Amino acid sequence: MADTMQFDLVSPERKLASHAAREVQIPGAEGDLTAMPGHAPFITTLRPGVLKVSGPEGEGAFVVTGGFAEITAEAASVLAEHAFPVAEFTTATLDDMVAEMRTAVENAPAEAKAEASKRVADMEALRSVVSA
Amino acid sequence: MPSLKDLKNRIASVKSTQKITKAMQMVAAAKLRRAQEAAQDARPYAERMEAVINSLAQSVRGSDSAPRLLAGTGDDKVHLLVVMTSERGLCGGFNSSIVKLARVRANELLAAGRTVKILTVGRKGREQLRRDLGDHLIGHVDLSEVKRVGYNDAKSIADDLLGRFEGGEFDIATIFYSRFQSVIAQVPTARQVIPAQIEESEEASPLYEYEPSEEGILEDLLPRGVATQIFAALLENAASEQGARMSAMDNATRNAGEMIDKLTVVYNRSRQAAITKELIEIISGAEAL
Repeated sequence: MADTMQFDLVSPERKLASHAAREVQIPGAEGDLTAMPGHAPFITTLRPGVLKVSGPEGEGAFVVTGGFAEITAEAASVLAEHAFPVAEFTTATLDDMVAEMRTAVENAPAEAKAEASKRVADMEALRSVVSA
Repeated sequence: MPSLKDLKNRIASVKSTQKITKAMQMVAAAKLRRAQEAAQDARPYAERMEAVINSLAQSVRGSDSAPRLLAGTGDDKVHLLVVMTSERGLCGGFNSSIVKLARVRANELLAAGRTVKILTVGRKGREQLRRDLGDHLIGHVDLSEVKRVGYNDAKSIADDLLGRFEGGEFDIATIFYSRFQSVIAQVPTARQVIPAQIEESEEASPLYEYEPSEEGILEDLLPRGVATQIFAALLENAASEQGARMSAMDNATRNAGEMIDKLTVVYNRSRQAAITKELIEIISGAEAL
């Protein structure tokens, strides 16, 4: 079995990464998972979190929110609504996004409230990785 | 016969017009390149998204639990037309051709007894539609402050649409925009976004495991799919607008050049005629002595 897989990370506005990877750590909606070559075909939605890649070309980390990941035996593609390399992710961006999600919580219908506030919590948890 | 001075002024004014159109053409060319790049960058995401939604939709289609965004309301009484045009003019037939397509569709639907609602994106389309379909306009999205369309602009339009759909304001939504084919060809296009249109494909996709369930993922993805389609349309539109403006301004520059040539000929003729006339006057004056 090949020891690397194709990794793609795209957001609606640009393609952030496309290279070979040994493993990809993905923040799935129902828990983190790590995709490695030969993984069973799998599709999951994402929660806001940090995505880590390691491969022959070194390591990378991205902050992703919203979207989904499609994993097959040969490739992992992540389509994220917002994605930033961790180095570009600042407190200001985070604050903006948290504020936006807070208003989303307020506007959300009652049954969706819990889920929306969970997203805010996920966002807040990202503070630890923010580069000062 | 205009006087020499008039002609001279006329030539000067056409020349300055030509300078402006030439400059606009070059600006449009630069913007076009950027717009094309943006459209290209957005393509992988849109294609992937569509592929996944397609394969998911095929597996849940027909089941009762299919989300409304996919199955529709089961009605086709109220149509929402989203007409996307530019904020600025001077781009040839760009806006008119989009509006024309939308107007034809609206009149067809009205003739068939359907209710038509129109949401305009971009000032130019609104101005043109206000005249005859003014009663059907239900909203307007202003992008004149936006220098470069971002995903967030598309998302807010999509959220607006989805909100109206949830509120039962319409059954079917179609977007009208111009597909960028080349600098000289932009194709006005209509595309149905709600309910989502699924292409039949015989290609067997690998059996995926889903987390959460297929329906759960679809419910999450379909709104994103709408936003993605709108974003793609906005980008195509931006590229088309610049392409249309570029060729319109190229034509204008050429026409101005032709006009300058013609006016210069007239100017030279009348200058000569005036000189000849004066000479004749001098000579006949001298002979009379």
